Amino acid sequence: MSSVGAIWRIESARIVGALTRYAGGDLELAEDVAQEALAEALEKWPRDGEPDNPVGWLLATARRRAIDTFRRRSVRDEKYALLAEEDTDGGDGHLWDPDRIDDDVLALMFVACHPVLSPEARVALTLRTVGGLSSEEIARAFLVPVPTVQARITRAKKTIAAARVPFEVPPPADRKERLGGVLSVLYVIFTEGSTATSGDVLVRKDLAYEALRLARTLAALLPGEPEVFGLIALGELTASRFPARTGPDGEAILLEQQDRRRWDRTAIRRGLAALGQATAAGRGLGPYGLQAAIAACHATAASVAATDWERIVLLYEALGRVAPSPVVELNRAVAVAMASGPAEALALVDELVATDRLPGSYLLPSVRGELLLRLGRRDEARGELELAARLCGNERERRVLLRKLEDQ
Amino acid sequence: MAKYMLIMRGTDDTQAQMAKASFDEMLETVGRFNDELIKAGVLVAAEGLDDAAQGVVVDYSGETPVVTDGPYGETKELFGGFYIIDVSTKEEAVEWAKRMPAFPGAKCEIRRVPGIDEFPQDNEWVKKERAWREQTGQL
Repeated sequence: MSSVGAIWRIESARIVGALTRYAGGDLELAEDVAQEALAEALEKWPRDGEPDNPVGWLLATARRRAIDTFRRRSVRDEKYALLAEEDTDGGDGHLWDPDRIDDDVLALMFVACHPVLSPEARVALTLRTVGGLSSEEIARAFLVPVPTVQARITRAKKTIAAARVPFEVPPPADRKERLGGVLSVLYVIFTEGSTATSGDVLVRKDLAYEALRLARTLAALLPGEPEVFGLIALGELTASRFPARTGPDGEAILLEQQDRRRWDRTAIRRGLAALGQATAAGRGLGPYGLQAAIAACHATAASVAATDWERIVLLYEALGRVAPSPVVELNRAVAVAMASGPAEALALVDELVATDRLPGSYLLPSVRGELLLRLGRRDEARGELELAARLCGNERERRVLLRKLEDQ
Repeated sequence: MAKYMLIMRGTDDTQAQMAKASFDEMLETVGRFNDELIKAGVLVAAEGLDDAAQGVVVDYSGETPVVTDGPYGETKELFGGFYIIDVSTKEEAVEWAKRMPAFPGAKCEIRRVPGIDEFPQDNEWVKKERAWREQTGQL
């Protein structure tokens, strides 16, 4: 990575945030001129040397281009005429305001995760504008073609403009719901990085770490929100297992077989601290905090046998109440199997099958197969595990399933 | 992501400048920089060291180690403190180092901090250290 790239990673959110405010909330224009300035830097800096004040250079270049656009558009739009006029006062147009920059970055996060956008668009726009990732990097991380990412971002910016989404931190009345939206985008990015749904790489750690970094930024800019800490805790505790999740040949290792000595203790410590922050708010844990609390049960247990499965069952019950989902039910069934045995768990799983609440998922037959195996019903188990292997899109997880079949 | 240590290296002259500077101002400047690292979500650890004059030096040039009191005025560089940050590339670590508040004449050295995973895992000493790290939750 060149120094331009490194500077962009550090500064892009603030640059795009400041420019958006400067352009009267026009994120599309701001992002375009910021990208143009970046392209110009990539061309000029290696040739002419890095400027003394790289951020100032990027801002000034982007601003010049913004003014050009204001003037061009002022013919048909009064709003831009005003912006172009304001800028002739010789000042810097209050572009870089240290007192507002944190709010600009926060506003950018909220806008990029706005509910008018499709989930894919939110992810792409967040990684691009807040994370400073290029379309190529996003495409690589999500295994989609570069033009797809570019089209998503372009469409997203147009949608924001068409819906007249204000560039602001949402007012207190909407805060909780909109914050939930931001957290779910970061969660999706983290999950995509920590468990690839397709392709050959089980852990695309960098994407997961980027989501965690953005969550820390959110915690620093918007303090006192327990669910932000809940998400950080969940991310840290999940990431703590990364070193133990894959074997020497890159094959997946399930939680029960992981060498717990390989878990990253610093990450666990940070995760438990964040969970403490989430708990300290005293408002009860939300969905992320509860998932983090479950991860903490694993992180602090010396072995599968020594794990407090009864507590995990209770936490899944609580999670099922605040965020009902068939996947949570399935996980609860797994915990029940550990706490009270496979027969009781199978009843829960069969209920999920009967109500067809997880159609097409490999997880359901995989868990069912496992439970049947433990109950000694080998033929039925084989059928379920074969089905799971057919449905599983992740090559490495599929190999784990096939190995289970061979082991019979 | 990888961890990098930003090692602050001052001189007698930068120490003197620091002694003259307003403590409140310094706290604010350093505090602002630290806050930037926190807001960027990259800060892992940071420590600054006490006055070099209060330190001692153990010299191994002879057959037995020789202990001398500080200040060690003959040295050109004084280790003053460090940051550990978790960033995606070395270039990013360098960019953060460029933003660090420092007196003219000071230097910052940037070194990657390898994880324990990079050592041979079957070595008994590595295993021992690993166990200690587990018990204490160390880096």
